[in-house]
Amino acid sequence: MLRDITIGQYYPADSIIHKLDPRVKFIATLLYLISLFLFHTYIGYILATVFLVVIIKLSKVPFRFIVKGMKAIVFILLITVVFNIFLTPGKVLAQWWIFKVTQEGLIQAGRMAIRLSYLIIGSSVMTLTTTPNQLTDGLERIMNPLKKIKVPVHEIAMMMSIALRFIPILMEETDKIMKAQIARGADFESGNLIKKVKSMVPLLVPLFISAFRRANDLAMAMEARCYHGGDNRTQMKPLVYKRQDFVAYAVVLCYFAASIGMCVIGW
Amino acid sequence: MKLDNITYTYSPGTVYEMHAIQGVNLDIDQGEFIGIIGHTGSGKSTLIQHFNGLMKPTSGKVLYEGKDIWQEGYNLKSLRSNVGLVFQYPEHQLFEVDVFTDVCFGPKNQGLSKDEIEGRAREALEHVGLAEDMYKKSPFDLSGGQKRRVAIAGVLAMNPKVLILDEPTAGLDPKGRDEIFDQIQSLREKRGITVILVSHSMEDVARYVGRMIVMNHGQVAFDGVPREVFTHYRELEAMGLAAPQITYIMHALKYRGLDVDTQAITIEEAKKSILQALGER
Ligand SMILES: Nc1ncnc2c1ncn2[C@@H]1O[C@H](COP(=O)(O)OP(=O)(O)OP(=O)(O)O)[C@@H](O)[C@H]1O
Ligand SMILES: [Mg+2]
Repeated sequence: MLRDITIGQYYPADSIIHKLDPRVKFIATLLYLISLFLFHTYIGYILATVFLVVIIKLSKVPFRFIVKGMKAIVFILLITVVFNIFLTPGKVLAQWWIFKVTQEGLIQAGRMAIRLSYLIIGSSVMTLTTTPNQLTDGLERIMNPLKKIKVPVHEIAMMMSIALRFIPILMEETDKIMKAQIARGADFESGNLIKKVKSMVPLLVPLFISAFRRANDLAMAMEARCYHGGDNRTQMKPLVYKRQDFVAYAVVLCYFAASIGMCVIGW
Repeated sequence: MKLDNITYTYSPGTVYEMHAIQGVNLDIDQGEFIGIIGHTGSGKSTLIQHFNGLMKPTSGKVLYEGKDIWQEGYNLKSLRSNVGLVFQYPEHQLFEVDVFTDVCFGPKNQGLSKDEIEGRAREALEHVGLAEDMYKKSPFDLSGGQKRRVAIAGVLAMNPKVLILDEPTAGLDPKGRDEIFDQIQSLREKRGITVILVSHSMEDVARYVGRMIVMNHGQVAFDGVPREVFTHYRELEAMGLAAPQITYIMHALKYRGLDVDTQAITIEEAKKSILQALGER
């Protein structure tokens, strides 16, 4: 049941995007997200759409898979759209009691919807094509300069990769415990809110206990293998930029320059 | 209970696609004691979750008392109180403040009266051999084996007509293992329930069950009385399983020219057969 959430999941495939250096993908995603907020006219959005579609095609991740991940944010998207439609002042198109639909509101809502969905799709393309390990490796390398000002970069990266690793495990665990309690007659669906919250106890208590137990086991296992943080630690697969990575940087920078240019000339 | 040509596929249509069960047909009568055996990942746990409607087969039908459980309007909740399922490592599902309340969870969900709930819980705890002084302890302060018993009692307290146990003795010492098996056996005799036991150990299964189902790659490889199944010990080995050691000894003896009964599965039977064969000489 919980398996349908695809945000943050990795989709194995053999594509150029999968093979890129995680640092490239991370920076590209960041620039893409910024570009979404630079655009003001539909020409900009067309550019953003084309860019996204080309990347998805290259990544060989089925479009269906990405859309499935969107389900989780439909609710947030709806709220944003509704608020924008009704609460933006401007030229009134329709009015009903205290609710006014304005032209500016509609435009604003559409813009927000596009931005939000592209934001989610853009970042899921990154997570779908990068294993959590690569991702944290990349992050660690990008943040490396911060070590000079005593930011515990390695520890942060380690914590992130452990957290990411634990998500599927805990999901699986939730699924299992849920089934076990359903087999004992537990009901997680019907009833009012209070009853629903109460019915979560048989799920949450075992889940927390198992999470703590796992965390404890992991800490013990790391200790047993003499793990002691990042100093002088070498990597099995050090990240090295290849030609394709420089090409990708060039493409992304062109795209970003174009979007800044469009923003400046007011497109 | 009947499984009609069921198939189950995990994550269909993605790269993670996994056919865990493929075309399984089973007919199970009330009162049978069945053992399901198969190597790791052969689909045992997936299979048994179909019996009480926790998993919906990708194709095929599951029938209980003649009715299709996935029919519109079928009461799955009542099915689940008739078909009790004890999961692998059931101790991970305990959550209440004390042992007794935890065992009460199942019958409480069945909507029984307070007296009835407590009566059932008491009975179930007795069945699994937990003493009164444990009732008020926190389930998290118990040993692994004791937790396992509490969890099994939690399902027993629902008075199921069919009891399914997924490796109830994994990780227990030999004594605890025998105790749990004996308790299950006596429970079956007393209440006349159907028991389906999933296990890795041929020896355990051979000692108790009347019918054995061997799973291999999501399919039923053998289905029959243990003695008969063990005559295929070479095929079993090819599946990464092994017949009881007695079977090997008896076959070896026979090979050396001693006329023994190769279908013996317990030490007693083997002893008798060997003595008999020696006496004849
Ligand atoms: N939640 C799941 N998602 C995807 N695949 C799964 C899932 N659960 C099990 N599988 C796969 O289905 C197959 C059957 O698994 P199952 O748990 O039924 O095996 P099992 O016979 O119970 O093994 P074991 O003896 O180790 O308990 C395995 O190959 C497993 O990898
Ligand atoms: Mg299993």
